Amino acid sequence: MEGTTVLGRLTWQPADVTGVVAETPRATTIAFDVPGWAGHRAGQHLDVRLTADDGYQAERSYSIASAPDGMHIELTVVRIADGEVSPYLTDDLQPGDQIELRGPVGGYFVWEPPLGGPLLLVAGGSGVAPLMAMIRLRAAAGSDVQTRLLLSSRGWDDIIYRDELERLNGNGLTVVHTLTMSQPPGWAGYARRVDAEMLAEVGPGPAERPLVYICGPTPFVEAAAQALVGLGHQPEAIKTERFGPTGS
Amino acid sequence: MSLPAEIRAQDLVARGVLRDDGYSASVAGQMPPIISRGFRGRREDAPPGRVPPGQYVTRDFPVLSAGPTPHTPLERWDFTISGEVDEPRRWTWDEFRGLPSEEITVDIHCVTKWSKLDTVWQGVRVDTLLEGIETSAEYTVAFSDGGYTTNVPLEDLTGGKAWVAFSYDGEPLQPVHGGPARMLVPHLYFWKSAKWVRGLRLTPVDEPGFWETNGYHNYGDPWREQRYWGD
Amino acid sequence: MDELMLDGNAVAGMLSEVFAVEMTTATMTCGNCGTSGAVGAMHVFRGAGIVMRCPNCDNVMAKIVEDGTRMWMNFGGTQALEITR
Repeated sequence: MEGTTVLGRLTWQPADVTGVVAETPRATTIAFDVPGWAGHRAGQHLDVRLTADDGYQAERSYSIASAPDGMHIELTVVRIADGEVSPYLTDDLQPGDQIELRGPVGGYFVWEPPLGGPLLLVAGGSGVAPLMAMIRLRAAAGSDVQTRLLLSSRGWDDIIYRDELERLNGNGLTVVHTLTMSQPPGWAGYARRVDAEMLAEVGPGPAERPLVYICGPTPFVEAAAQALVGLGHQPEAIKTERFGPTGS
Repeated sequence: MSLPAEIRAQDLVARGVLRDDGYSASVAGQMPPIISRGFRGRREDAPPGRVPPGQYVTRDFPVLSAGPTPHTPLERWDFTISGEVDEPRRWTWDEFRGLPSEEITVDIHCVTKWSKLDTVWQGVRVDTLLEGIETSAEYTVAFSDGGYTTNVPLEDLTGGKAWVAFSYDGEPLQPVHGGPARMLVPHLYFWKSAKWVRGLRLTPVDEPGFWETNGYHNYGDPWREQRYWGD
Repeated sequence: MDELMLDGNAVAGMLSEVFAVEMTTATMTCGNCGTSGAVGAMHVFRGAGIVMRCPNCDNVMAKIVEDGTRMWMNFGGTQALEITR
């Protein structure tokens, strides 16, 4: 069946930067055209490799934030102060530059409409990127499968894709925010880290047997996954992608 | 499709299909990497000759671990020397901390290419731990909480070349960096400085450890760039 | 819970250079406790090399070391690796 396996080994290939757009003060979306890109599935990621002119190399993984769209792909990078790779990607890359990437990979953490729903998407910070690919694919496919996105961000200005999510809200998609560090005046929404009580309120509950996707920093993913299992969700229905300690 | 009457190797080289050493150009990994305009990474300069070949200096202290950080309570911690010895030795944490220790300042070199200069540790010399022990063994295996092992020749742990370190940069050694105690063998790549060390087994034959059995060099001298098997 | 821990998704790219099939959906069965799970769900640690551990019992399922041209893989702690062609 097309899409369950990748035939042939992958290797590094060039990608051309076509756009660099700030999403929030810390997050930037970089758009690429990738010659020969065979497409990807929502939730997949790729590896980026940077090589300095003396041969020094660094590699990082980034989730593909865009829905499949020919050879056009988008990554959203959160700039880590003092980071080795992210400041280069967010501050230095310009349209016309070329970088190397390898992918797409990841058949475990993917969603496409035939898998159905309901969906519970739980994102911590930059972990929203692969889930946004799923949401964008869902919208492009005209799917109305019941989808809840619980997105944890530091503050209102740190919410990645905030305006687009507001526009897509509806037609079966419900977006719920929690702001963990600062809230705007009059904020009536969640203002704490994701916990079992919040997940139970946001739903769907275990009786609806949702497909669950959790992505973000490792502590965030661990806490959310354990909370959901504690609420009665089947572990096999929960897919996780951990970004490490800082979530980068 | 008809084939040309004659296919010449030089034509295939010109078309980029064949390399001029006769191998296919499409072998994965053979294409040179694309240079990223202006990318430097976060590297520090170092005095010439200070840093082993292929290493880059960092001011960070990257945390690399083969498994989850153990948290052995000090009341349960001990350090043992066993194997080819006249009699095994064991120290509790208090006994271990009662041994003479010293402050050392050394450069450390990780096989993943980062080096950190002038790191300051406090530790007990392995010589101190081996005092009075009779052995015919020429090899050791350091073993740790969590199951990690690494092999080091006995002569590379003696003569003031190695310590069991319990403090880094003036503070008790943090669990993520191997606390409460780790091996410190700075003249070899840092995977030989086992984190969360619990003892040494002295062995008559060399017993390659966790990484040495799977690609990393058996000895690991950074100055001869002995990173992998066959180096 | 170790905040440094990653999961099998983190090694998908590396494995894609070696295996001709998608690997995060492959299943590994732990040689220690018998639990089976997707490679994508395995616990992954970055030490000198990559270590994949069973999420149930922490058993070392796989070790992977690579230089520029060689890769060494040990699946000694894995009872079986199941791939769908």
